[in-house]
Amino acid sequence: MIEISGSFWIVLTGVLATASCGLLGTFLVLRKMSLLGDALSHAVLPGIAIAFLLSGSRAIVPMFLGATLFGLVTTLLVEAFHKKWQVQEDASIGVVFTALFALGVVLITAFAGQVDLDQECVLYGEIAYTPWDLLLWGEYSLGPRPVWILGGVLAVNLLLVTLFYKELKIASFDPAMAVSVGINATLIHYLLMAMVSLTTVASFESVGAILVVAMLIVPGATAYLWSDRLEVVIGLAMFFGMSSAVVGYYLASYWDSSIAGAMVVVVGGIFLFSLLFSPNQGVLSRLWQRLQLSLQVAQDHMLLALVRRDEEVEERARLRPDELVGSAAVLGILAQMAFRRLRWRRLLQQVDGMVELSAAGEQVALGLLRKHRLWETYMNRLGLPEDHVHAPADVIEHFISAELEAELGAEVGDERDPQGKQIPPSG
Amino acid sequence: MLENALRFMTLADANVRFVLLGSLLIGATGGLLGSFAVLRRRSLVGDALAHAALPGVALAYLWTGSKALPVLLAGATVSGVLGVLLMQFIINFTRIKADAAIGIVLSVFFGIGIVLLTHIQRTGSGNQSGLDKFLFGQAASLVEDDLKVMSVLAGLIILVLVLFFKEFKALIFDPSFLQSLGYSTRWIDVLLMGLIALTVMVGLQAVGVVLIAAMLITPAVAARFWTEQLNKMVLLAAAFGGASGIVGTFISSLAPRIPTGPVMVLVATFFFVVSALLAPKRGVLARGLRRQHNARREAQQHFLRACIELQEKLAQQRAWAIEELAIEMGHSPDKVKRIGRQLEKAGLVLRQDGRFSLTEAGLEEGLFVVKSHRLWEHYLYYRTILDADHVDRPADEVEHLLTPEIIVRLEEILARERGIDTEQIINLHGTGSQYRRGGRE
Amino acid sequence: MSQNTHPIQIHDMTIAYHKKPVLWDVDLDVPEGQLVGIIGPNGAGKSTMIKAIMDLVPKASGWVKIYGKDYGEMRKIIGYVPQRESVDWDFQISALDVVLMGRYGHIGWMRRPGKEDRCIARESLDKVGMGDFAERQISQLSGGQQQRVFLARALAQDARIYMMDEPFAGVDAATERAIIDILVTLREQGKTILVVHHDLQTVTEYFNWVIMLNMRVVASGLTREVFTDENLQKTYGGRLTVLSQAAQAMAEQRRGDR
Repeated sequence: MIEISGSFWIVLTGVLATASCGLLGTFLVLRKMSLLGDALSHAVLPGIAIAFLLSGSRAIVPMFLGATLFGLVTTLLVEAFHKKWQVQEDASIGVVFTALFALGVVLITAFAGQVDLDQECVLYGEIAYTPWDLLLWGEYSLGPRPVWILGGVLAVNLLLVTLFYKELKIASFDPAMAVSVGINATLIHYLLMAMVSLTTVASFESVGAILVVAMLIVPGATAYLWSDRLEVVIGLAMFFGMSSAVVGYYLASYWDSSIAGAMVVVVGGIFLFSLLFSPNQGVLSRLWQRLQLSLQVAQDHMLLALVRRDEEVEERARLRPDELVGSAAVLGILAQMAFRRLRWRRLLQQVDGMVELSAAGEQVALGLLRKHRLWETYMNRLGLPEDHVHAPADVIEHFISAELEAELGAEVGDERDPQGKQIPPSG
Repeated sequence: MLENALRFMTLADANVRFVLLGSLLIGATGGLLGSFAVLRRRSLVGDALAHAALPGVALAYLWTGSKALPVLLAGATVSGVLGVLLMQFIINFTRIKADAAIGIVLSVFFGIGIVLLTHIQRTGSGNQSGLDKFLFGQAASLVEDDLKVMSVLAGLIILVLVLFFKEFKALIFDPSFLQSLGYSTRWIDVLLMGLIALTVMVGLQAVGVVLIAAMLITPAVAARFWTEQLNKMVLLAAAFGGASGIVGTFISSLAPRIPTGPVMVLVATFFFVVSALLAPKRGVLARGLRRQHNARREAQQHFLRACIELQEKLAQQRAWAIEELAIEMGHSPDKVKRIGRQLEKAGLVLRQDGRFSLTEAGLEEGLFVVKSHRLWEHYLYYRTILDADHVDRPADEVEHLLTPEIIVRLEEILARERGIDTEQIINLHGTGSQYRRGGRE
Repeated sequence: MSQNTHPIQIHDMTIAYHKKPVLWDVDLDVPEGQLVGIIGPNGAGKSTMIKAIMDLVPKASGWVKIYGKDYGEMRKIIGYVPQRESVDWDFQISALDVVLMGRYGHIGWMRRPGKEDRCIARESLDKVGMGDFAERQISQLSGGQQQRVFLARALAQDARIYMMDEPFAGVDAATERAIIDILVTLREQGKTILVVHHDLQTVTEYFNWVIMLNMRVVASGLTREVFTDENLQKTYGGRLTVLSQAAQAMAEQRRGDR
């Protein structure tokens, strides 16, 4: 019984923390402030440590005050070093957060006797103890304290983002515009930073600094790969964060290790998956598109080879398949694939072991030839010598849209191309 | 504690010598390479690299079962470099920007490292602990063999740095020029990244992956305050780094519970703060003094100009009461009195019976100021379509800054274009300068 | 015409970046209903001037009045088209979202855009010929289309004065034509439009009023009167070495004073 509800509370804590982080992280990534988020979640440590030492307890209010103070100091110092002293921005982030984090670690280890925190906990939290850290109301237990705190923080974050959604959006996309319509972009900046500080503090003791950094940046960036709509990106980021909290917990119990670390590993896995398989941005879809393009180019080259030969011999020319494949001027295997695709599209027909253009193939090929020669003529008109225009036309011909073709046609007319060859009529 | 300090100071213990030498190497190489990393805007890439090294340490141990430094560092290098390559891949192939890519690599690799470390801790038998010193560093754990490895790495770093110093320098200041000379900037960049990776490896055990980046960044930024020259900056950064290493190690040896890394970083930060405050040109203090000096000089020149302009108005009078000057200058009498005292000390004015008059030197300086002011007014007036009443304010600011060369040019232009004889732009003997435009009088 | 009917009045405005003056002592009155071109060489302070009018950069001295009042009171009647490169076009929002931002000044804090705002945004997109691209993510638009979206956003602001920072930079001929047609329509409706412009050849064709700038106002007035060879020579002649030398001296003297 206690086993089951224990896991439940741990997972719930992780889910609440990652939801908050995912929500805010999307804005950090969009605003190119990921590293400031990283710095902030390290730099609040001395604030937390000092609050611990002074109040002698884990009360949230002093910790939040301490952390917000240091969060603010970080933001201000980074800006001052960068703008006033011309220190490179990344270097000034680096100086500030490493110094503050070092200070925090030293404070915690130096006063280890009085502080119920240790250096490992700072890095990866004590989420496993969540079920025993109960919030008591008189004698009744209301459930684990971190769940209440993180739930409250999530509610605050959701409320603020909903209320100021429009302002966050415009201040992130176009700060100058925001200011010009009377929205204070600086205020929005500090509001976001305050929310990040709050979330960091609340998450710190249960999930530690790494999980906060990872969950701020990775889910937002991952969602960035999947969608073009901000609302969807935010939703996806929260979803990725929360599901990695759930899966991470079971991974950690299966392969006995840090729970927070395992959650990070899972979200890293989701990122890697997205990097490979996302439909627009993914590596595989990019490679696929590139392959399609090369195939298209190879097919175009073969059609052009045939139609030029037709023109030379003034009748339907036939080529041996291997001659034709050779004319594609691409890697052998690609050329073979392109050849097969041309036959499948019925643009080629085979007669006595030779290939020739079909009627449909001739149409397509003449269209291509027209584009090629239009472009050559156009470039030639612009004053480029004849021997300079063929190679570029070879590249451009695959990309000329119907619109551009019409424009070029109007410009060039029905002239002959620079080599004196007829430009095929349109249609 | 005292015993520890004594052991340290006397260098009696061989182990202490190793630890000290190690810290010195770490700090110095960090400062050397850090200068390039910071100027090339790679400082946080170094951070990502360091964090990404952690899983390599753990995996190397898991595979070989050995905790020998060369083995662990080999693993760390492989995974660190892998992390940087992945980061570069993300930046090049997706729309994710560099900052997020750094953050992703840094946090995910570190997360993997933590999972592996905790797994080793919880399941390994007996001899498993010790890897966690790679988190925050433990200089005291350095032994002779470790030091040999570190020295070899540091020697390699310094050798390559010396050999390619000129290329790195060009890479930082003008990469496109370097390319135009036929060098491949990409490969020089890769070489620099490689050196940064090695530098991180030197410090991994004693400083830890979490904060080693600070040993690259902070000493370099501190050195930047003192000099504009790369050679000096590099050496100074190395000195700051080395000193941070030694002092940090010493302090943490007094309280062994505190890990070395954070202490070294705090010492380096101390050097940074001192530099930011005290550096002769760019330091806060120097800037404050310079600003004060400028303000004082401007106020004094105003005073002198006021004297001369009063003299133009009232040709017979040679000494003026504080109140008269205060009205002319638009300042409070107290302020005028203060400025007058300063000028008196400088021998530019005399004070008799509460009235100020110009000395010979004061007259000369004052005439120069007034001339600058008037020339500038004329220039703005004729060269632009300003109304007469605007000309004065910018002239008030500019007069303090015009160099003699600019004045000569102004005189030429005004004489050529407007036929103004600039010799007569000031008239101390008539009823005010005839060349002053109507706007003010 | 009485004083406060001028849409834009600038008096003795000096702008400095890091203590280095980039615009000296600007005095301007722009009358209502003009299509104004702001021209001048690189670094002449063209963009700076419109940013200063909109309080986006601090003034070292002087003031700006919009219909006789401070900018803060009048910002609702000013529409702004920043340089296209000033924003990140990878941002995950649609063209319609961008245009809706033009309504934010009217909506106020914490409230969401309503039906009417969406309606206005769609109309604005239609006006620039981008109605079919409303749902398209902005990175998938061509440079000219992105510029049209920016223009639509300004239209959605429903302003009386428009400030445009190089709207013709890097756009195709068709977009340039479309933009200028819209600007002319706006002027015919009595709006005042300030356009930072680079192409001297089209100045007389596009603008009926011109401000010639080179660190200070060289000339300002009806195009046919002030767009003369003499003024062009003054604007582009580079004879301001003393002005920029002095600016440099001020910057150097005070470097570190901040």
